[in-house]
Amino acid sequence: MQAVGLIAAEIERHGIPTVSITLLEEITKIIKPPRALFVPFKMGYPLGEANNAELQHRVINSALELFSRNDTPILEYYS
Amino acid sequence: MATYDDLKFHHRIFTKNYPFSRYSVKDNPCAKLEKPVRECKFALVTTAGLMRPDDERFSNLIKLGDTSFREIPNDFEVQDLIEDHDSDSFNHDGITADRNLAFPLDRFKELEKEGKIGSLNHRHFSFMGSIIAPNSLIKTSAPNVAKLLKEDKVDAVFLAPV
Repeated sequence: MQAVGLIAAEIERHGIPTVSITLLEEITKIIKPPRALFVPFKMGYPLGEANNAELQHRVINSALELFSRNDTPILEYYS
Repeated sequence: MATYDDLKFHHRIFTKNYPFSRYSVKDNPCAKLEKPVRECKFALVTTAGLMRPDDERFSNLIKLGDTSFREIPNDFEVQDLIEDHDSDSFNHDGITADRNLAFPLDRFKELEKEGKIGSLNHRHFSFMGSIIAPNSLIKTSAPNVAKLLKEDKVDAVFLAPV
């Protein structure tokens, strides 16, 4: 969670917007990456389930919606 | 839902004592999307330690974490990637069964086909997570990837941990 957040921030510093997935809310609240979607899945399962394309698409779509917001740092909750 | 309490004992103790606030993102960087998502060129970044079979392996011997990265060509078959992340902080069964869990290239190709995103970059990037001392990640390897994404004229980036 920390590495993803730090990489996202550096990419964003270079002028490219990012969205990232996080599985640990506690860490992301401290790291404060630009746009993060907290997902309620187990460690190792950031997009939900293996071979469940429908669920993976739902998570990705929720993440992509964060591009409409620029009130960073954003920590949104997947539901 | 994953919380600190779901981690194995040694990870839980480490995580509760690790100085995350030392690495809080400074200056709140914010780049705005300049066009609709359906017109954007995307790249993916994962920290699942995925790589091609012929790539140099990530080093699990560097105690403070390997901050290097690997390029993954857009036309590489996702399930042929090797997962070189040996951390026991997560269950590896999911990503073994489906790399898309942390590197959803097949899903983004479907979005491209459906016209929901503009296009995909010719390459994507993979790091190893679990980096205890991320200074060289912040100062060198993450900015280097950012520069490559700029060179490639990527409009937006999706990142996933594992």
